[in-house]
Amino acid sequence: MKFSGIQKIWSEWEKEIPDDHWFYVRSCIRQNFFPASERRYLDIVRGNLGRDIFEHPEHTTCGGIAYHNECIPQLTQMTIVGRQFSIMTESGYSNYVCSCVTSFGLYCEALNTWKEHPEIEAMVREKLWESCHREFEIPKSLVHASDLIYHLRHEIGAKAVHKLTNANTGEPLRVVDHVGCHYAKMFPTKGVGGAEYPHVLSGMVEAWGGESIDYPERRHCCGYGFRQYHIKENRGYCVSNTHKKLESMEPYHPDFIITNCPGCAYFLDRWQYVIAHQTRHTYGGPGQGIPVLTFEEAAGLVLGYDPWDLGLQMHQVAVEPLLDKMGVPYDPAKKYLGTNGKAIPRPELPSIIRCC
Amino acid sequence: MINKNIVIVGGGPAGLEAARTLRNAGLTPILLEGSDRLGGHLLEWDSLFPSNQKASEVLESLTADLEGIKWFTNSKVEEISRIKDIYLVRTSSGYTFQANAVLLTTGFSLFNATLKQELGYGIYDRVITNADMERYFATGEHPCIHEPKTIGFVHCVGSRDEKICNRACSKVCCATAIKQACHIKEKFPLAQVYCFYMDLRMFGRGWEDMYYNAQTKYGIRFVRGRVCEVSEGMDATLNIKAEDTLLGKPIRMKMDLLVLMSGIRPRKDTEDIASNLHIELGTDGFYSPRDPFIRTNESSNEGIFLAGTCTGPATLPETFSSARSAAARIIEYLESK
Amino acid sequence: MIITDFGYCLAPSNAVKVDKTTDWRFEKLCALESDVLKCIGCGSCTAVCSAGHFSQMNLRQCILSLSRGQWEKSVRSLSRCMLCGKCLMVCPRGINTRHLILSICRIYCPGEGGSNA
Repeated sequence: MKFSGIQKIWSEWEKEIPDDHWFYVRSCIRQNFFPASERRYLDIVRGNLGRDIFEHPEHTTCGGIAYHNECIPQLTQMTIVGRQFSIMTESGYSNYVCSCVTSFGLYCEALNTWKEHPEIEAMVREKLWESCHREFEIPKSLVHASDLIYHLRHEIGAKAVHKLTNANTGEPLRVVDHVGCHYAKMFPTKGVGGAEYPHVLSGMVEAWGGESIDYPERRHCCGYGFRQYHIKENRGYCVSNTHKKLESMEPYHPDFIITNCPGCAYFLDRWQYVIAHQTRHTYGGPGQGIPVLTFEEAAGLVLGYDPWDLGLQMHQVAVEPLLDKMGVPYDPAKKYLGTNGKAIPRPELPSIIRCC
Repeated sequence: MINKNIVIVGGGPAGLEAARTLRNAGLTPILLEGSDRLGGHLLEWDSLFPSNQKASEVLESLTADLEGIKWFTNSKVEEISRIKDIYLVRTSSGYTFQANAVLLTTGFSLFNATLKQELGYGIYDRVITNADMERYFATGEHPCIHEPKTIGFVHCVGSRDEKICNRACSKVCCATAIKQACHIKEKFPLAQVYCFYMDLRMFGRGWEDMYYNAQTKYGIRFVRGRVCEVSEGMDATLNIKAEDTLLGKPIRMKMDLLVLMSGIRPRKDTEDIASNLHIELGTDGFYSPRDPFIRTNESSNEGIFLAGTCTGPATLPETFSSARSAAARIIEYLESK
Repeated sequence: MIITDFGYCLAPSNAVKVDKTTDWRFEKLCALESDVLKCIGCGSCTAVCSAGHFSQMNLRQCILSLSRGQWEKSVRSLSRCMLCGKCLMVCPRGINTRHLILSICRIYCPGEGGSNA
């Protein structure tokens, strides 16, 4: 592979990311799967990087899951988007940051649809006014939460407590990335580095001392597929897609997987358990999975957050081997303590793949 | 008539053939070439379909006798201005030529295959273009061609693709792909060679025979489907994805070498020259002739003539015919003045 | 009427009778998604399809079947779509495939999760 070729693409596919004053909206599912991710994201941006990021309690889902399951039509979904924008406008912000990759794709789709068809925008404004007497301005910029961390990656790198390196050997960790489909496949120019060779995650990995590894099925979907996963009998099909990805990355012996999409992080993590119990195969060596980190968790580890404050105990695949490699201190006894210090329920321990 | 000046812009096949024809008619054309050698794309090609004649031989016969032609290399045209019926052609070499007629034979550019990012040209070592392949045939050397076992040719790269704003067919890539496929099979008889096509456009004389031979004599396998994702495995072999549309199923293959058939695109300076000379461009970005049937060598501006691939994709024989007809049209025009 | 069993019978036709298929659904689809008429059948969408690897999902074949009035089987196969958008990236005719799939499901399968709005 010619690295210069990829660098050329990265230099040509940069996108403008505002430096401060953001309006933040959460993901429906990230808070349930990995509840600390978004909280720590705000802590990192505010506390560690000293930026202004605002979150309004009245914001809702973007309607993406219902839209992708064909439960609501696009016009309804766009009206929800209009309401989100109206809260941003009322709060005095114009830089919109969303935590969810699917939301990001759909916000881009809505903005693009309105640009091409002003009559649809007018209709959305009318519906929004009819339903809740709100008005909105189009955001000056729309970025995904990972774009922001990408933008600030060198600041985070400069403040790094732990690099993405093996603490014993000093070797960079080998990291594979998985970028959510809706991040750039729908609108390639909206993604850092484009859709074929996205730089958003590999840029972070490199800035924090790791080595980004390409693998053949890097561009394949994680297998969530909305209505596919939501119907239980279809899940075999979802896990087949994840299986294909894991098979493709296994020969490269990655130390961890980094993702920027709520669903992808969840499925790449949880399906390893399912695959282990269906095929008795584990991808990180005997009894070990490949840990999966969201970009917030990776940034948190680099900045020295306690792994349990980052919610890493919510992962199916054990992260302890990775923490040991990086030299991140942790107290196994505190793994299953809540933020109030009281014990939270412990998971049943699977027999084939290690979860702690 | 004998005192009239004709400036030909572009020293490729069309420019050379037009210059020769005008010279043979007793005129003294001025031929301006921007690069340091005459020959245009012929210089970059090893052999020509359908006869497999060497490009160098064709070029040799074109340039064997240039007496009576005032030719200049390293002479890029910077500006063309008009005073009454006279055009003033200023070149990068610092000269200004007077012309009663200007013939544009500026040719084409090969599509920049790095723009089709999903195919990985410029990123994966074993992805090459048709031009790289010709260079390999000419020199016998390429750092990434070592006894390939599976070789794929991808048709329509940069052609028939609205994603890169080109709906048009490049006309010659199907035949070039088959020529190169047979040629590489001769070099590596044990290799399995595949051509991935959308529609196989073998309309020229003798082309269908090439296709027939490719199937029967060389055993080239044809897949009706477009390769649209390439990735690299651990040992630098390529993984490709296509659909075999006749089978109706997606197919996955490993390739040791993938050859992209870069299509024919207008040169970058076409637009500048067109606006400089107030001549019209078609939606495909090539110069538009005054009418598509009879006055194919005339531009929309009097005294400016067109020949060769600057008016769109063409085969080499078509280019030569176009150059000769342009010469005839220029003579008619100058006589009428 | 007495039907005699000869041990054999008339063979049914396997041909697609294109002139007998007047399909309002396809007309409606064309009105909503004129892009559908642009397809040149290159198969790029199917080549990169996340779903096609594990199922019968084949957008190219589906578009062709719809235009010939043969929609029953092919539309069902679209239910495997992951909506990942890869087909959108590679289509050489620039068809908004992702949106097209949602429109096909809405027109051809109302009530099966397809909203009628």
